[in-house]
Amino acid sequence: MTEYFHSVTLDFEKCKGCTNCIKKCPMEAIRVHDGKATIMQERCIDCGECIRCCPNHAKIAVTDTLDILSEYKYRIALPAPSFFGQFKELENADCVLHGLLSIGFDEVFEVALAAEIVGYLVHQYIKDSKIKRPIFSSACPAVLRLVQIKFPDLLEQIAPILTPMEVAARLAKEEAVKKTGIDYEDIGAFFISPCPAKVTEMRNPMTTKHSAVNGVIGVQLIYKDIIKYIIKEKTQKVSSTLQKATKLGMAWGYVTGESKNVDASTTLAVSGIHNVISLLEEIERGELKNVDFIELQACIGGCVGGPLNIHNLFVGRVRLRELIKKCGSRPSYYTDEELHRFYTQGHYVSTEPVQPKTIMHLDEDMSIAIMKMERLDKITNELPGLDCGACGSPSCRALAEDIIRGIAFETDCVIKLREKVKTLAEEILDLARIVPPVMADSSKKTGDK
Amino acid sequence: MLNDSFRFTPHITLEFKIGEKDFFIAGESASRVKKTLQQLGMKQEIIKRTAIIIYEAAMNVAIHANHGTLKVYIDPEVISIITEDKGPGIPDIELAMKEGYSTASHEVREMGFGAGMGLPNIKQCSDELDIDTKVGVGTTLKAKICLNNKV
Ligand SMILES: Nc1ncnc2c1ncn2[C@@H]1O[C@H](COP(=O)(O)OP(=O)(O)OP(=O)(O)O)[C@@H](O)[C@H]1O
Ligand code: SF4
Ligand code: SF4
Ligand SMILES: [Mg+2]
Repeated sequence: MTEYFHSVTLDFEKCKGCTNCIKKCPMEAIRVHDGKATIMQERCIDCGECIRCCPNHAKIAVTDTLDILSEYKYRIALPAPSFFGQFKELENADCVLHGLLSIGFDEVFEVALAAEIVGYLVHQYIKDSKIKRPIFSSACPAVLRLVQIKFPDLLEQIAPILTPMEVAARLAKEEAVKKTGIDYEDIGAFFISPCPAKVTEMRNPMTTKHSAVNGVIGVQLIYKDIIKYIIKEKTQKVSSTLQKATKLGMAWGYVTGESKNVDASTTLAVSGIHNVISLLEEIERGELKNVDFIELQACIGGCVGGPLNIHNLFVGRVRLRELIKKCGSRPSYYTDEELHRFYTQGHYVSTEPVQPKTIMHLDEDMSIAIMKMERLDKITNELPGLDCGACGSPSCRALAEDIIRGIAFETDCVIKLREKVKTLAEEILDLARIVPPVMADSSKKTGDK
Repeated sequence: MLNDSFRFTPHITLEFKIGEKDFFIAGESASRVKKTLQQLGMKQEIIKRTAIIIYEAAMNVAIHANHGTLKVYIDPEVISIITEDKGPGIPDIELAMKEGYSTASHEVREMGFGAGMGLPNIKQCSDELDIDTKVGVGTTLKAKICLNNKV
């Protein structure tokens, strides 16, 4: 495999080595050594927690820029549902969609529209499948990577349906081929993203061999231009309507939107990566077997809480809700028959089941692994158990693991170091007290033999 | 010459105390052991079976006995799960092993336990199972999972 690509990376210059991030990372993927943070590539799930908590803005998400548009003849923007929550007092979604056309796209395709299809497919899948409950949503790539690494037992319970982003790209490009006659390869589809995990998902897709998405552009890169357009448009009024999505799809922008759309008899919606982890731990122990569907989102609040969004998640959510209200109930773009055809023809089913990823191994050889585990337990017991993070590892146990893996030393622990210095100082003092035999010791009375 | 049994086998033992009506320890210990087995690189299927045995056996101690211990012994060939408890013991093991047989109280059933599936599940997940019990004294359950598929 080629070198693993991650969107979330470190801005080396900005990092001050403060260690704020190491404890926030749900995967214990960050270490601070020599005054700078590093991300352990194979552990990172691109959840963006470190981006949110770094006081120095040293954690960044690498996305594509608008430059990539020039590589394609026909360019389609795929705005995420949460994108519409970034604008104040929108009357409708159209001015944002027209705004996208004004900055160099030839076409727009709402991911919210694709989400409605995904919602229907998952609904049908739950109805027809005998698979163990609960069934999990597959829409959040950070959650999928989490399950892949930490909860491999639960992989088979993930709904085998592609993400709305992926479905949107495929549909949009197919429609564009029909409409323009341009070759499929010359058409580019670009996701307007609140989320670093979607960048990684496009480069290294988990549920399909090749992603139909050609680029992922961070919201912040185009935000200002869209705002400018909207301000101008307020006086001009947009003419044609581009919006096709209904409130069902638009609500995927915040948590609960998806489970409402999926509409199974019992559903649950959970957001925030740490909440997701504690819930999955419960489920692993056999809880919640009677829940049909669980929506899982790595970001608190769902995608409106995505780290690349401009506004606070609550602001984003209330704006998106207002917009949805204003849009009222419009008829669905796809008829029930069309939706059902997608289902019966097996469209948008993921062709690659998500494989477990084993990264926690101490050693390939079981005997050696067990010996290492013994040492690991011993070292952990000898460490102070304060989990202070001053060593650059997130916990004492993690430091012990790093020592076993050969990337840290026991003396990285400041308390251990102090103990060592103390013993050393005492030994030196003891040595200093020893008097060479040829010298007289004034404290002792020397008598005659 | 060194006898086989004298040869050093690397191993680890994990121990947990189970208090009376401690309904959390079963899940917690199962998670802890699971993480350990993952780090050791055990197969998913082995991890799953081990976790089920631990959960069911520890739950039985918490529900049916007074208090006890759980020990998990791991070496390259075998995983042994041992629960030892002070409690009422099992008067008729054959009956207790039957699917659906349970003496769980109404209260316990309300909490979602007492389907009488614990022991049958343990049996199904283990390669060797040995239950030693004395009525009025306590029960020792030993389950083994062989890692090389040899018994
Ligand atoms: N450690 C124990 N001490 C005393 N009695 C036990 C012990 N373990 C099991 N039993 C007896 O064996 C019966 C069957 O156990 P089993 O685990 O199969 O079912 P259960 O615990 O009643 O229900 P479930 O495990 O499905 O929640 C129990 O109801 C109980 O009478
Ligand atoms: S929080 Fe992490 S990334 Fe940010 S400056 Fe501190 S150590 Fe560096
Ligand atoms: S993106 Fe998430 S998993 Fe990756 S390093 Fe940051 S906090 Fe850890
Ligand atoms: Mg039981």
